[in-house]
Amino acid sequence: MHTNPAAPLLQVDDIRVAYGGIQALKGVSLELYAGEMVCLIGANGAGKTTTLNAIAGMLPLAGGRIAYAGDDIGALPAHRRVRRGIALVPEGRGIFTRLTVEENLRMGAYARDDADAIETDLDRVYTLLPRIRERLAQVAGTLSGGEQQMLAIGRALLSRPRLLLLDEPSMGLAPQVVEKIFEVVQTVRDDGVTVLLVEQNAHLALAFASRGYVMESGRITLSGSGRALLADPSVRAAYLGE
Amino acid sequence: METLLQQIVNGLVVGSVYALVALGYTMVYGILGLINFAHGEVLMVGALTALQTVLLLMEVAPGLPPLLMLAVAVGVAVPVCMALGYLMERLAYRRLRGAPRLAPLITAIGLSFLLQTLAMIVWGRNYHTFPALISTEPLEPVAGVFVTPVQIAIVVISALLMAALVLLVNRSRLGRAMRATAENPRVAALMGVDANAIIALTFIIGAGLAAVAGVMFASNYGIAHYAMGFMPGLKAFTAAVLGGIGNLAGAMLGGIVLGLVEAIGAGYIEELSFGLLNSSYQDIFAFVILGVVLIFRPTGLLGERVSDRA
Ligand SMILES: Nc1ncnc2c1ncn2[C@@H]1O[C@H](COP(=O)(O)OP(=O)(O)OP(=O)(O)O)[C@@H](O)[C@H]1O
Ligand SMILES: [Mg+2]
Repeated sequence: MHTNPAAPLLQVDDIRVAYGGIQALKGVSLELYAGEMVCLIGANGAGKTTTLNAIAGMLPLAGGRIAYAGDDIGALPAHRRVRRGIALVPEGRGIFTRLTVEENLRMGAYARDDADAIETDLDRVYTLLPRIRERLAQVAGTLSGGEQQMLAIGRALLSRPRLLLLDEPSMGLAPQVVEKIFEVVQTVRDDGVTVLLVEQNAHLALAFASRGYVMESGRITLSGSGRALLADPSVRAAYLGE
Repeated sequence: METLLQQIVNGLVVGSVYALVALGYTMVYGILGLINFAHGEVLMVGALTALQTVLLLMEVAPGLPPLLMLAVAVGVAVPVCMALGYLMERLAYRRLRGAPRLAPLITAIGLSFLLQTLAMIVWGRNYHTFPALISTEPLEPVAGVFVTPVQIAIVVISALLMAALVLLVNRSRLGRAMRATAENPRVAALMGVDANAIIALTFIIGAGLAAVAGVMFASNYGIAHYAMGFMPGLKAFTAAVLGGIGNLAGAMLGGIVLGLVEAIGAGYIEELSFGLLNSSYQDIFAFVILGVVLIFRPTGLLGERVSDRA
């Protein structure tokens, strides 16, 4: 694959998504360059999850274009996009509760056929997430919320993603657990994975991300570096409780 | 005592066949939440396709050993039924995913009639003799119990097929994907699973098992005809619900339990009903026991809960 290094890895161009008659995305554009960690913040119902799901191929586009690594992937079904290197950790984690922890992780590698490398990657995930390693034979539904989130991230990593989409990994978790999860995400980014992070916790997200987008009722209303957004009065008022 | 033992043996044989068919119902339900009422007809198509193949072989290669003939007949019936299972999913049920529950149910009943009618057109209304390629003559009785070679074959082959299925579902990569898809098809797709392929495969496997069950049924009773799928289909569905629909082990247990209750019940039905009913009424046992179990365990013997996924 010949990819122009100056071109973005992901280019979302004016996409529209509707649920029945309701327009959830009214023309969203954003781009990610290889190796970046970018966050997407916005109020409840702004369309953040819809945006990630559309990029992952879970929702049909009503308009616009999604280019990834130079290809238009807008028509590819979700199960083909993961083979291109796009992994989504969905809102609510999407753990297979009746499968064991190990089976969940192996599902992450379902699309791969390099058996030896899968074992190596499993070991790396165990090193990254030691709590998961202790629970491999356990039915995943019995894990705590934090462990389930770790498992969901580990499972996504087993697809060897180039682009990792994370939908509110901190949801419903205690601050110490959130801190651990962000440490893991940062390690992943440092390994060269491009990350698009959706977060309610704007402080945290903007502190970790190099750039951010702000969404409001189906549109991107603001974008900039993490620092600039943290300093922006409208962001401070709307998302940082000031 | 000897009658009881004899009935247990007979029950195990019939129960094995119910179990094979029940697996098809339960696998499809587990992944789609759909009762494929046309599944019993697959058994019928399997039996009649096998019969057709045997009749043809008897003409073109009369010298073939009976076991080989049977093997070829199964080798034809299984893929034919698998194709039928695939077509049912692809042409009928796939279009109805997400439709109100009544739509696929009515479609299933319609498919069932359609298949019976087509079979009647192809094979006529008559009962056909299914040749005894495996002997149906009882062997030397052991402890006063008569067993035929075909009965032994039915139990052994059923056990092997069930063991293979359990291994496939619980131990293989494909089985893992099947279980993941059954629990959450959207997330399974995110893992790279083509849910449509997995669902089609579920129908195909179930249909293959039903084809084998059809040949077993026809071999055991020596008869095949266009309506032969109805009662075993209904019983197998009962067995699946009895065991806890959606649960593989439940379908197997339900099938065996149902076969046993029916066979044992048939032996005592006259005494139980003070001479009012004879053994030709044994079919009522299946439905009585289903009613009783569901009153005390609404989710069936091994069912945990009725899965209603979001
Ligand atoms: N399955 C659906 N059917 C109908 N409408 C939906 C569906 N999913 C989302 N919506 C609507 O689309 C809009 C965007 O929803 P979305 O879940 O993308 O928001 P979000 O920014 O992720 O919110 P949150 O922060 O609460 O997760 C909302 O108005 C929501 O009600
Ligand atoms: Mg959301």
